[in-house]
This record gives sequence, structure tokens and C-alpha cells, in this order.
Amino acid sequence: MKLTGAEIIWECLQKEGVNVVFGYPGGAILPTYDAMTKYPKIHHVLVRHEQGATHMADGYARASGKVGVAIATSGPGATNMVTGIATAMMDSSPIVCITGQVGSKAIGTDAFQETDVTGVTLPITKHNYLVTKPGDIARAIREAFYIASSGRPGPVLIDITKDAQQMTTEFDWAAAAPRLPGYRPSYHAPASEFARAAELINSAKRPLIFVGQGVVKSGTTAEVLKLAKTAGIPITTTLLGIGAIPASSEFNLGMMGMHGESWVNEAIQQADLLIALGMRFDDRVTGNLKTYALNAKKIHVDIDPTEINKNVPVDVALIGDLREVLSLIQPQVKKAEHKEWWADINARRGDSAVRDIQNLPDSGHLYAAHVINDIWRLTQKRDTIVVTDVGQHQMWEAQYFRHEKPRSLITSGGLGTMGFALPAAIGAKFACPDKDVWVVVGDGGFQMTSCELATAEQEGIKVNVAIINNAFLGMVRQWQEFFYDKRYAATPMTGPNFVKLAEAYRLTGFLCDKRSDVKATVEKTLAAKGTVVIDFVVEKEDTVFPMVPAGADLDKMIRRPKQDVMLESGSDKDWEMPSPALPNVFAEAKAEAKALNGRGKVAQKPAKAPARKVTKTSRR
Amino acid sequence: MAKHTLIAYVEDVPGVLNRIASLFRRRNFNIDSLTVGRTEQPGVSRLTVVVDATEAGARIVEANLYKLVNVLRVDDLTHKPSLFRELGLVKVKVTNQTRAEVLQLTDVFRARVVDVDEATLVIEVTGTPEKIGKFEMVLRPYGIVEIVRTGAVAMARGHELLSAAPPLVRTTADDHHPDHAGVSMSV
Ligand SMILES: Cc1cc2nc3c(=O)[nH]c(=O)nc-3n(C[C@H](O)[C@H](O)[C@H](O)COP(=O)(O)OP(=O)(O)OC[C@H]3O[C@@H](n4cnc5c(N)ncnc54)[C@H](O)[C@@H]3O)c2cc1C
Ligand SMILES: Cc1ncc(C[n+]2csc(CCOP(=O)(O)OP(=O)(O)O)c2C)c(N)n1
Ligand SMILES: [Mg+2]
Repeated sequence: MKLTGAEIIWECLQKEGVNVVFGYPGGAILPTYDAMTKYPKIHHVLVRHEQGATHMADGYARASGKVGVAIATSGPGATNMVTGIATAMMDSSPIVCITGQVGSKAIGTDAFQETDVTGVTLPITKHNYLVTKPGDIARAIREAFYIASSGRPGPVLIDITKDAQQMTTEFDWAAAAPRLPGYRPSYHAPASEFARAAELINSAKRPLIFVGQGVVKSGTTAEVLKLAKTAGIPITTTLLGIGAIPASSEFNLGMMGMHGESWVNEAIQQADLLIALGMRFDDRVTGNLKTYALNAKKIHVDIDPTEINKNVPVDVALIGDLREVLSLIQPQVKKAEHKEWWADINARRGDSAVRDIQNLPDSGHLYAAHVINDIWRLTQKRDTIVVTDVGQHQMWEAQYFRHEKPRSLITSGGLGTMGFALPAAIGAKFACPDKDVWVVVGDGGFQMTSCELATAEQEGIKVNVAIINNAFLGMVRQWQEFFYDKRYAATPMTGPNFVKLAEAYRLTGFLCDKRSDVKATVEKTLAAKGTVVIDFVVEKEDTVFPMVPAGADLDKMIRRPKQDVMLESGSDKDWEMPSPALPNVFAEAKAEAKALNGRGKVAQKPAKAPARKVTKTSRR
Repeated sequence: MAKHTLIAYVEDVPGVLNRIASLFRRRNFNIDSLTVGRTEQPGVSRLTVVVDATEAGARIVEANLYKLVNVLRVDDLTHKPSLFRELGLVKVKVTNQTRAEVLQLTDVFRARVVDVDEATLVIEVTGTPEKIGKFEMVLRPYGIVEIVRTGAVAMARGHELLSAAPPLVRTTADDHHPDHAGVSMSV
């Protein structure tokens, strides 16, 4: 069958099972857009910025486990994709990006809208292709889908010259099967390693299981729980492992790391065995590597050999797919309960601030944690995906929204890309139209990609956008509070009237600034037909606790205030700095003025942003 | 830290060298030398990479090379009986008085004179990188005009095939000392 290169692109996408693509046209990709009209089975979502297309493809991939597809033109179209590709790379998301390139004869001449896109994206893709002949398109696409989705998944980019799209060639799907002699997506650890791993597990007294995104990707929730039950081992998850183990499971202690639970981080430092499943010991997880889990032997299960010994030296490495590794290890694991270890952990858990914040009396302040916890409570009976952006709200969501299912939290972990949430949520909604999709986003990050509201409106889809509006780049402000003597340089931030913004996009907007209104607002949102934007005007200078300062020892956390802040008015809020205390000379009046500047309209502020007392107490 | 010699067989496709160079830069690996050339197999190039790394570091380099889609096989020759060769061309100043001395040194190093004029000699020398370094050192007093070195190539001795096994990941990495200098301090 003779087809143009452009037609071959669509044929291949169809054969790969693609039914939705996210893209934006331009000169160098026009032949492909023109051919699209002949392939009505594939739905094209017109985005408002190519970064949005990549995040949508990413959100689609994370929600469904399938490959997401994004399309853009050459030059600026392709470079706009860079942030989204890097985001997908860091979190191992399978996406395929197709970009148009100038004609093959013009390559290297600085032609109009020419960029060396394969060069630019080389370090942020799992692999990429420059295709200059129509006959090479099919194989490149088939290989791209295979590489993106196999082994450790990741983004693959195919840059296709305009003439390759225009020229005609024989299309032979079968002949275009991947030929990748150097590509090894899977490994199999030797039996001796399994024996050593089993021995370590069976002789451990204080073991811990680490669950990372690999468990989500391999779909091994049941297998991990079985292992935990058999050997009586507590589980903790990374940010990207949230949902892989139900929050309600008695084995799930919660999240580890920088903003993880204090009892989890303490348990890690005391454990004698860490069984790391599909997680990569990110620096947000380990803190200071020199003092990290020194009492523990480590077993690392990962599909990617380059992760072994990268940050943390391990004793046993089981390289391979989690499903296979777990099925081989399970029969060798002996029954155990580890009662003392559990009692130890539970004791530490007991003295930490309680996470059940439902019954706290209303102090007249609206806290982000309350908003998020209430959304969780009110949506528990529904099938919900939450997509978070990056910042304080992201951490509060991780702490206060209890995820019961894998793929129910989508967030940018490794790159921490602000602006990710709204477009990724649109992608997730296309993957799971029957689920509710919530966006939990800061006022800062929302303004980075809010243009995609138009995409949601044009597509007629419903995502529920909860803006956690603290009038600050909150997470950066928190670092300034702790580590830069509260000099709030460039973090107070204004925004538009978000309700009016929603309405300008012909969507629904609500404002909520009281705890007593949260329930009604969420209910109205769920009942509304299209996309809803809620402006939750929350406490401005609220803080995410606990926190391990970057590079500090994992158990040297800045702890939650003894008395829960949400019980108190802001001015009573104390927090403890681990010793040695960091300097904190605070010119109260000045910072307060700055903080108010940020809000702009001082008159509408719910409560005065108060200065905080800082108690410098040393722990242990 | 020690020198590790890795041989990588790669698909001879456009951009493959770029991928390898980019990997070394991106992962902050220290390359001593990198040479590339054809092999007996059409479409396959052979790379010799000498890196400065700890034992665990070398395993990570190896695993990262394997991760590149176009890399077919990687062998670490560091601990195997093998041959290392490099070629150097040295253009050295000579006078009627020193020419004989330089020719004598050339002999001692089993090097060859490949060009002569009234003021210089060009000498071709092959051997291990250390030998070439030494040759350069002894010629320096005469005045080196120009020197070019190819970088090392290496080959295992004997007839036994090196395994094409996937990278062996060491787990007792006693020389692996991460410090938190590598911790990202950004929000
Ligand atoms: C503001 C902010 C704060 C953060 N704070 C924290 C924090 O407190 N705690 C925290 O945990 N994170 C935190 N993060 C996220 C952190 O940066 C990392 O993104 C996260 O820890 C990575 O989780 P992971 O290792 O599980 O996932 P990934 O980075 O996705 O790694 C998954 C690993 O699993 C492997 N894998 C994939 N598939 C398989 C398979 N089938 N079989 C076997 N292995 C497989 C992969 O090779 C990879 O090594 C924060 C991020 C931000 C932006
Ligand atoms: C694209 C991008 N730019 C900058 C940052 C650094 N950064 C991390 S969190 C943060 C503040 C986020 O503010 P906001 O979106 O309002 O969320 P909040 O922390 O207030 O909940 C910033 C600027 C980032 N992660 N991504
Ligand atoms: Mg904010």
C-alpha cells in the first residue's frame, strides 16, 4: 500500500492502539495535520501551549499505564515541549512525542524554525529519532512505542522532516517491526541473589519495605502486600509510590523522606533491613547519604541496573521486573511477626501529632490541610484521581488525602514541574473519563499553565480545580522562613480573580475562604457539569511539617509544633528546629508588610498574617 | 580511583558518538580517552573508553553505557589480560648536533622516523599510553613542535570470547563514598 509519510504516521498510531493525541500545529507538521482528517478514530486535543501537550500525554500515561502521545511543530513548538519531556523522563513516564522538522535538504542551514531537536532532547529522552525518509517512519514509531513502554518506561521523541511527511512510500507494518539488538529492557537476577535476599529477610529483626513508583508501574500491589503479611514487615512509600499500597492498610506507615512522617524516617534510621521495591533513593528520600540508614542492610529491586549503588550502596541487588522478582522471592520468605519492631514504631507514632484533623474545632482560619482532607472525605465513595502541582499544597495532599488505589495520585516528583497539574489532569481525564479528576494546585503553579482551561472548555471535559491560594510561592517562602531569615524575596504573589477567570473561559468558578463553606463548595463542584475552578483562599504563611532540611540527616526533622497549629491562631504557632538551630533573625514588621503586599487587597484578608514565635529547642 | 578500560560495541548510526559523549558529560564521568573505529562487522563500531573511576563507579559507567539503545555490548578489560596500544606522532626540533641523539632515542623506543627536514623530525611511536608519555618526556628537552596522540585502543589476549553478559552489578561497594555534595539543594 502506497501512503504518504504523514498517512503512515497516523496508520502507525492507530495500529499502536492510540485513540487520543495532544498537539498543536505549525508549518513543519502541517502535512501530518492535513492527513489527520482521514483518521477520525483518533481524537486530537488542541492544547494552548506545547508544554501542555506533553503534560497531558504524561497524565494520560500515568492514569492509564498506556503510552501518551504529543505532537508539535519544529523549532518553538518542539522546544516548548522540553519541560514536559524532562518531567516524563524523571518520573519514567511512557510518552511518545512527534515533532515536525524542516525539510531534510534544509537541515543545518538555520532554516526558518529549525532547531536541533534531537540534540536538545538527547539527555532528556530515553531515546530519540531524526527521520528524514518516509520509509523509516513506521519503524521509528514502532520502536518508539516499544522503547517508551518497556523496561523502565520513558519518553521517546521522533523528529520527522517535512519532506518525509510529504513523500510517498510503500507502507508495510510487518516489515517495520522493531530491530533493536542493543536494547535490553529486562534483566533476570541470578538465583544466588534471591537466596541471599531471602536469607536477609528471614533473619531481619527490624525490616522495612520501601514502595516506589515501580510498584505502580508493575501493578504488584497484591504481591507486595502478600510479602508484607507473610513476613510481618511494615511498609512506607515514596511520594510516587503513594496509592500503590492502600492508605488504610495496617501495614502502610505513610510517606518517607523530606516531608514524610517522623516515625517513618526514624524507623528507617533504626531498621536493620531495607527492602526497596521500585524506588530510586532520590535525595528527597534519603537526606544526608553519609548518615542514611547506617544500621540497615539493603536489598534493592529495580528494573534499571544504573540505579543500583547510584546513591545508596546496597547488599543485594535484584535487577528485574518487580512482578517476576516478587514471585520468585515470596516462596523463600518465612512467616514472621516482628512484634517488638511494630511496638517500637507504634510507640513513636503515638507521640507524633495526630493526622486525624477532622475533629479540630474551626479556628476561623482556612488551612490547606483542612481543604484537602475535606475533599478526600467528601469524595471517598467516588473513584477519584488527584493530580497535584508542585509546592506546599503537593505535600499537604500527600499527607492529608488518603489514597487507596494505584494511579489515583499523579504528581511531578523528580523534576518538580510547576504547571504540571492542570494539563496532566486533562490527560488523565481522557484516560479515565469515568473517574472524577481533581487538580490540587498552588496559586503560583496554576498561573503557569492556566491557559489549558480553554482546552478543557473546548473539549467539554470536567476537571475540578482546587487552587490552594496562599498568595505566596509557598514552598519557597517556607525555605526562606527556615533558612533565609524570613527574607521573602520574590515570593509574595498576586493573581487574577480566579472566579472571574474561570467565568471568562465560560467555566464555573467558586470562592471559598471559610472552613464551614468547604463542604458545600465541594458538593456544588461535584454537581456542576463542566470544569470548575475553586479559589480556596487559605492561610498565607502556613508551613509543611515535618521537614528534613535538604542535605540534613533523615531523622533531624523540623517537627510539627507540639500543639497543632490548626488548633491555634497563627500567632501561637511554634516550631522546633533540629539542633544546631539555624539562624533566624526576623525583622517582623518588614516581612509582614511584604507578605501583605503579596495579597494586594489588604482589606479582604481573612485574618492578619501574624508573625511567628520561633522556639529553638534541640531534640535528642 | 583507577583507570578503567571499557570496550563498547555500538551500532554505527548517526549521532551515536554524540549519545556516548553526552552520557559521560551528563553523568559527570571522567573520560581519559575515547577512540572509535570500524570492526570486522559492517554496521558495528568499536569504542575504547578509558575512564578514571572507582570499581563501583566503573560498574555504573558500564550499566549506563548498556542503557543506551545503540550500545550492543560492553566489556571491561581492566582486570583481564589485554593489550593496550596508542599511536603518537611527535614533531621535534633537531640540529646537526642533536639529530643523532634523537635518532638513538627513537631506536630505543622502537619508534620510526616518518618525516625529516633540516630543522625537525616527525617520529611515529606506538605502545601503551605510558610509553608514549615517556617518549614525549625524553624528547621535551630538544623542543617539541607538535604532538598528536590517538588515545588508547585495547583488545583482550587469547582466543576466549569475552562474555556478552549484561553488566555485573557489584553489591559490596566498599569504595563507594557518596557525600551530600551531590544532593540537589533546590526547591
Ligand atoms: C516539593 C517536593 C517535595 C518532595 N518531597 C518528597 C518526600 O518527602 N518524600 C518522597 O518520597 N518524595 C518526595 N518528592 C519526590 C521525589 O523528588 C522523587 O520524585 C520520588 O521520591 C521518587 O519516587 P520513586 O523513587 O518511587 O519513583 P521513580 O523516581 O519513578 O523511580 C521508580 C524506580 O522504579 C523502577 N521501576 C520502574 N518500573 C519497574 C518495574 N516494573 N520493576 C522494578 N522496578 C521498576 C525505576 O527503574 C526507578 O528506579 C518530592 C518532590 C517535590 C517536588
Ligand atoms: C517551573 C518551576 N519553577 C520554579 C520552581 C520552584 N518552586 C518550587 S515550589 C514553588 C512555589 C510554588 O508556589 P505555588 O504554586 O503557589 O504553591 P504553594 O507552595 O504555595 O502551595 C516554586 C517557585 C518549580 N518547582 N518549578
Ligand atoms: Mg501558593
